[in-house]
Order: sequence, then structure tokens, then C-alpha cells
Amino acid sequence: MFLTRKAEFSASHVCANPAWSADRNQAVYGNNANPNGHGHNYVLEVTLTGDPDPVTGMVFDLRELKEILNREVVDPMDHRFLNREVPPFDRVIPTTENLAVEIWKRIEPQIRREGVHLHNVRLYETADLYVDYGGEQ
Amino acid sequence: MRLTGRYRFSASHRLDTPALSPEANRKLYGKCNNPHGHGHDYLLEITVDGPVDQDGQVVNREAMDALVRERVLRRLDHKNLNADIPELAGSVTTTENLATLIHGALAGGWTLPARLARVRIAETARNSFELEV
Repeated sequence: MFLTRKAEFSASHVCANPAWSADRNQAVYGNNANPNGHGHNYVLEVTLTGDPDPVTGMVFDLRELKEILNREVVDPMDHRFLNREVPPFDRVIPTTENLAVEIWKRIEPQIRREGVHLHNVRLYETADLYVDYGGEQ
Repeated sequence: MRLTGRYRFSASHRLDTPALSPEANRKLYGKCNNPHGHGHDYLLEITVDGPVDQDGQVVNREAMDALVRERVLRRLDHKNLNADIPELAGSVTTTENLATLIHGALAGGWTLPARLARVRIAETARNSFELEV
């Protein structure tokens, strides 16, 4: 069975490679390269897979899942400027793809246990653009 | 990694097949067989699949938007699907056939490094059709 929990956070970012010219950054990242940054209301959906526990009837304790998402993602990222305040985005360009990979790395070890694992991280940058990441293939 | 972009277009159509009698068409397609046609605001999702490149992207957003705009939206938006789309001549303008047409239009001119993985189209908020490729 798949279980999905949603979380939201709002953050600003700049997608630009500091080694490149402004023109090249504009060509690769478009408006996202504005050096002063801009923001999004990110929506995160994490999907776990496993069998419901025969005693509790649950795949995973939802309160614990909420705490993991808050501790690893929402608390450190909400209302932050990702490039300046949330490592590794001082070095890694905070595209939606790279954010999804980072979120996977932060939460996956805390979710994995007997019979349960993280299946997918879906991250919406806007309502019209999202990525799905299922870990290293 | 998969990346999905959502796009919108508005078009009119009428479901009717020459293989059936007018009465059978009315019975089969109901309101969708109204001779004067009717329209929808279609919601299209295009999903690409590939590795994250050194720029941190699966695909360049503007290149993807431009491709979808050029190959799909420009051809379909504010059109009558029965009258204005030569590729649909002779087929019923169901959303199933529209999904196949959109996949073909994209695949036929695909220039992005990531693979085209999925076409999903919602005719209304209650009906959607999905093609995994």
C-alpha cells in the first residue's frame, strides 16, 4: 500500500551558476536567474510504501511522519532564502530537481525500516510544474 | 527523475461517428453529440524523464514550454477539433484520440534531451486520460 503525506513551505532562491555570465544564466535558467532571488510556495508530497502493520493497521505512524517532514524540511526551509541559509544550496543550485534530491537524502534514512520505505518525493514549485524523484536508480 | 509541466488550451468539439446512425450517435455520445458542438478548457500534463544534468535540471523549462507551445498549443488552442485539425479528420474527437494525437505531435518533433514519458489530458476536472510511453 502507498501512503502519501503533504507538506508546504515557502522559500526564495536563485538558480544561477556563479561561474557563468548573466546572459548564460538567463539562457539556462530564465527568470529563475534573477540575482536577488524570488520565491515559491513549494508543495511536497512524500509517498511511502509498505504493508499495514497487523496490530496498528497503519503503514507508518502519521504523527511521526509529520515530525520527520517538519524537522528535516519545513523547519529548516520555510521562509528561508535557500541559497544563503540552507546548505548545501550555498554550493548546489537549488533547482526543483536538486531540492527533491536533497529532501530525499534528508528523510529517506529516517523512514526506512522493516517493511517500509520511501517510494517517491514529489515537489511542486508551482501548481504547473513539479518533479518526481524515486531515489538513485 | 521525472518533471511534469501543466499547460492549458480551450477547444470545441462534437463526438459523432459516421459508422453509426444519427440516433445511435445520440444514444452513445449523449450531450457530446450536440450538432452545434461544445467546448472545454483542457488541462494537459507533459512528463519527461531523464537524469539531472550538470545545470541541476532534467530539462530546460523554456525549451520544454516552447516545444509544447509550438507542437501542441498553437495547433489546438481556440480551435474546433472537428473542423480545424486535419490530423483528426475521420476520427472521433474523443479525449483518448486527442491524447494520442498530442503524443504523436510531440514525439514527431522531440528535440529535448530527456525522454517523453507521459501525456495526461483532463477534459474536465472529472475526466482525464493518461498515456505512459
